[in-house]
Amino acid sequence: MESSYVTLLSLIVFLPSAAALILTFFPRDNTEAMKAFSLAATAVVFLLTVIMALPGEGSWNFDISLAEMQKIFSISWIPAFNIRYYMGVDGISFPLVLITTFICMLSMAASWSINKHVKAYCILFLILETGILGVFLSLDFFLFYVFWEVMLLPMYFLIGVWGGPRREYAAIKFFLYTLLGGVFMLIAILMLYFASDLKQLSDGQLIAAHAVSSHLDAAEQAKEIAQLRSQADPVHTFNILALQQLGQHTAVFSDTILWGKSLQWWAFLLLLLGFVIKVPSVPLHTWLPDAHVEAPTPISMILAGVLLKLGGYGILRICYPICPQAAYDLAYFVCALGVVSMVYGGFAALAQKDFKRLVAYSSVSHMGYVVLGIAVWSLGMWSVDGKQFNADAWKMGVNGAMFQMVAHGISSPGMFFLVGVIYDRVHHRNLNQFGGLFAKMPVYSGIAIGIFFAGLGLPGLCGFIGEVLVTLSAWPYSRALAVVSASVVIITAAYILWTLQRVYLGPEYKGPHGDHLYPMTGRELAIAAPLLALAVILGVYPQAVFRYMTPSVDRTVDDLAAWTRAVEESPSRSVTQSEPPRHESSVATESLSQKD
Amino acid sequence: MSLFELTHSLASNTLTSLAGFQGELVLCATIVLILFLRIPKLTARIDSFYIMLAGSVAALYLAGPWHPVERPTELFTGLLVYDSFTVYFRTLLFFFAVLFAIFTRISGVPDRVAAPDAYVLVLGATLGMCIMASANHMLMIFLGVEMASVPSYALAGLLKGRRKSSEAALKYAVYGAGAAGIMLYGISLLAGVLGSLHLPTMAVRLADLLQPANLQQNIGTDTHMVLALGALMVMVGVSFKLAAVPFHFWCPDVFEGASAEVNAFLSVASKAAALALLARVAIGFGYIPESTVPETQAAMLSVADVPAAHDAQRAAAARPPLDRTAQIEALAPARDFLWRVVAFVAVITCTFGNLAAYGQSNIKRLLAYSTIAQAGYMMMPVSAAMVLAGSDPQAASAAMGSMAFYVGVYLFMNLGAFAVVAFLRNMLHSEQIADYAGLIRRAPVVVVFFSAILFSLIGLPPFAGFVGKLQIFYYLVNARLWTVLVIAGLNTVISLIYYLRVVKIMTMDPEPEQRTSTDMSFIPVTYVALVTLPLFILGIWWNNLTELATSAARQLF
Repeated sequence: MESSYVTLLSLIVFLPSAAALILTFFPRDNTEAMKAFSLAATAVVFLLTVIMALPGEGSWNFDISLAEMQKIFSISWIPAFNIRYYMGVDGISFPLVLITTFICMLSMAASWSINKHVKAYCILFLILETGILGVFLSLDFFLFYVFWEVMLLPMYFLIGVWGGPRREYAAIKFFLYTLLGGVFMLIAILMLYFASDLKQLSDGQLIAAHAVSSHLDAAEQAKEIAQLRSQADPVHTFNILALQQLGQHTAVFSDTILWGKSLQWWAFLLLLLGFVIKVPSVPLHTWLPDAHVEAPTPISMILAGVLLKLGGYGILRICYPICPQAAYDLAYFVCALGVVSMVYGGFAALAQKDFKRLVAYSSVSHMGYVVLGIAVWSLGMWSVDGKQFNADAWKMGVNGAMFQMVAHGISSPGMFFLVGVIYDRVHHRNLNQFGGLFAKMPVYSGIAIGIFFAGLGLPGLCGFIGEVLVTLSAWPYSRALAVVSASVVIITAAYILWTLQRVYLGPEYKGPHGDHLYPMTGRELAIAAPLLALAVILGVYPQAVFRYMTPSVDRTVDDLAAWTRAVEESPSRSVTQSEPPRHESSVATESLSQKD
Repeated sequence: MSLFELTHSLASNTLTSLAGFQGELVLCATIVLILFLRIPKLTARIDSFYIMLAGSVAALYLAGPWHPVERPTELFTGLLVYDSFTVYFRTLLFFFAVLFAIFTRISGVPDRVAAPDAYVLVLGATLGMCIMASANHMLMIFLGVEMASVPSYALAGLLKGRRKSSEAALKYAVYGAGAAGIMLYGISLLAGVLGSLHLPTMAVRLADLLQPANLQQNIGTDTHMVLALGALMVMVGVSFKLAAVPFHFWCPDVFEGASAEVNAFLSVASKAAALALLARVAIGFGYIPESTVPETQAAMLSVADVPAAHDAQRAAAARPPLDRTAQIEALAPARDFLWRVVAFVAVITCTFGNLAAYGQSNIKRLLAYSTIAQAGYMMMPVSAAMVLAGSDPQAASAAMGSMAFYVGVYLFMNLGAFAVVAFLRNMLHSEQIADYAGLIRRAPVVVVFFSAILFSLIGLPPFAGFVGKLQIFYYLVNARLWTVLVIAGLNTVISLIYYLRVVKIMTMDPEPEQRTSTDMSFIPVTYVALVTLPLFILGIWWNNLTELATSAARQLF
């Protein structure tokens, strides 16, 4: 069983790298073959994830009835530091993995216009894909960090070599920001590792965290646990699930270390810093417009569609569950980060003259919803008379944030690709010099309007669901935040409609290179059409995504809600040992579908 | 003890000690052989490279880690110590000598005529470095530093025709002489107060001096300032070898003037030995290792009656001797002093090295500042170990192990970097970074490997440099040195810019129109690949080296 999971997840992660290795032996001038080979590699990886997504009983099929991690395997790697080659997938990571492989395939298909150093481009592209998928699937914090940093190098070169005129500046800026975040994250990881102690966990928690192999029978597990407990020194761990258990059920991270703040407070802040740089949240977003604008179109698609999601994923998977006390104390701060990004990104987008820059700032604004949705740690989880406790609003927020990530992973690569299509023809992106494209490129303009409306959040398209769920969930927590986040929709509508008007409507195109405005090619259509189709499908049938992710999201929120309840009920607000809560994900799913 | 007994015990001690000194003996034999073979006409035609290679391989075989050390033993009546830490560093040094011989053969500097001189100097310096790494006695520390330094001065001036080279050698020699003088003065101060030059004995005396009962009654407190001064002066000598700020001024100039081959030797072997020495000195004054010193040896080596130590010793003699735990506890003030000094120097060195590297246009100068910064990182775990030594000796030894690990990785990084610089010099006849523009079109493989080396120096996964830094950072967390940790982290980000600039110039900048150079041939490329490959391998499978390094450091505590 375990070996089958090892094969599956390792294939998904390392197949692109293996393809990159094979590419090094390709003859230098056969660029067409290299591109085709890379596309085939990304397509195979996509197919693997599609096989996982299909319903079925096989060991490779993702089981939507399970809220826990599945396809888990854990192999000893560096015993000296208790580091393991440890991966698994659940409803939080799986939709993101799926969107990653999908967007990578599409952007590889969009890379045919790359004609400079094709071999290096394809190799770096494939290594990048390995890095991203590795981050989503790792359950060992060290492994997670390695993949996180491995993404940087190919991204630096992809922007710096194949980018626009200010590519070198944009590339180093991207690198510096992310490395800074990475270093802070590394410090936090080491702090958590040093404070962790597996012996503090109960037997059940150890098994739940897969700190002892779940593929053994009970007797062997008991033997392993006894062996673990017999050690004299604390047993440190990089196991993310075990760290979550330690954070929620023990007080190992609550020691005061510096300036009256606890270890988890500092760890949370450092981790958050690393993740919000990636999201990116204002004021750490300034790398993004530069990187997006200078990157070649396919890389912009990956940046916007996938890389930004890593930040949101990290906050949800790592920050909150491992450091709940700190998250609880800083809930308002994180919410504010999200809302400020939404508003600031929206206004900044309104002010742009460069088409691609506008799309970039719209990403800042849209990712703000993700941060807000995750962060609405509803203090209003108690009913008015203080007797009823439910975390429905928070669940809705996190589900909304997750959906927003998926939706943004479809709409924003689409937008970047569409900008790239006209840039290839007229070689400028100045919004004020467009107009009248509808007449010259009707199919293209139709698709563009559809995708831009999806970004706007028009009901019936994918952008709507996430935004509305997040806004609704913010209401019980803070009316002000909810009102502000709802109003952002107006700003979004303003810049998108104004853009559509300036680019596609109007009598005729008067800018430079007007004679090059030929209609969309088949290849371009083949990339844009699936994105539009998905935007529509997810807009009218969001359940397609929710059925994969809701059980796991609800379970995560339930765990944290149980922790919150314990904290609020105990007078000293100290963490108490509590049993894992029961999971009533089906109820939550129903409540979600009603609200749709 | 009669004269006969003394001679007899000395002779038997020497004979048993030689067993742990085989590697060094082989080096001595090789040196003599290289020198002698030049005299007869017949043998003068033998290429000294083969002798050098054979000698260092033999030394490596005799001193390698495949000879497990049961427990630390003192050699030559306590002048040197033979433990797994010695073995680890000697292995590194001999292994480096092997790689270095092959490197010089491929790069062609020194040429066949100068090779015997250069090899003799390199082996002589290596011998000194082995002594530094295994020193157990202040006298040997001084001798080791000098034995390692003096040949290095000559090596720096190896390119005889070049003014810059001679200037570098002179500058190095003057600096070295100054540092040695200060260090010797510091040693004499310490010896004066503590009445011995034998490190463990000095530590025991220091513990007696610093024991709480003495401190309360103000006995011996007047000597504290002298001790601190002496320790600082010894640190000057060590800092000079480490090229730590503010004793780094020789480093960029020497690196610019000397050939890249010599730079590789200075930056790897010399630094490794200096770090081992730093660890020895720090532990020597901050901790009492488990293996106690035989009384006779200590008596033989100590100065019986020293005026400055009078009061303290008389007072201490009145009390019952401390047991080991109490001694270690009594040394807490010494450890406090040491970790502060080391941490301060490390932080300054690291930051300064990284900032100064920004403005460099010559690749050797840039790498010189880079080695300064790297030395800063490598000093940090020593400071962490001093913090941890009192409460958790096991963690302290593991911290020293992380330093040993980083040195092991650093060997490949810097050897690789300077090998690339040397081969590119042969190809482009230039050492200016600007002349590397667009090199990826001309020599793609070398550029890829050089970039990997530079990324490893930054500390990015999946390269081994990252793993080294990770372990160092972990022990800083363990010792709760938050400030040092944050500064080290920020330094990583700062260093990104200048390392990346080199990569950017090689990969992104356009190639100059008229580049007349030839392509790099197969052998240098293979050499670079072989030296860089361990960085990939150790970046992913680092368990074995970690365990080796940790077990090497275990016998220190």
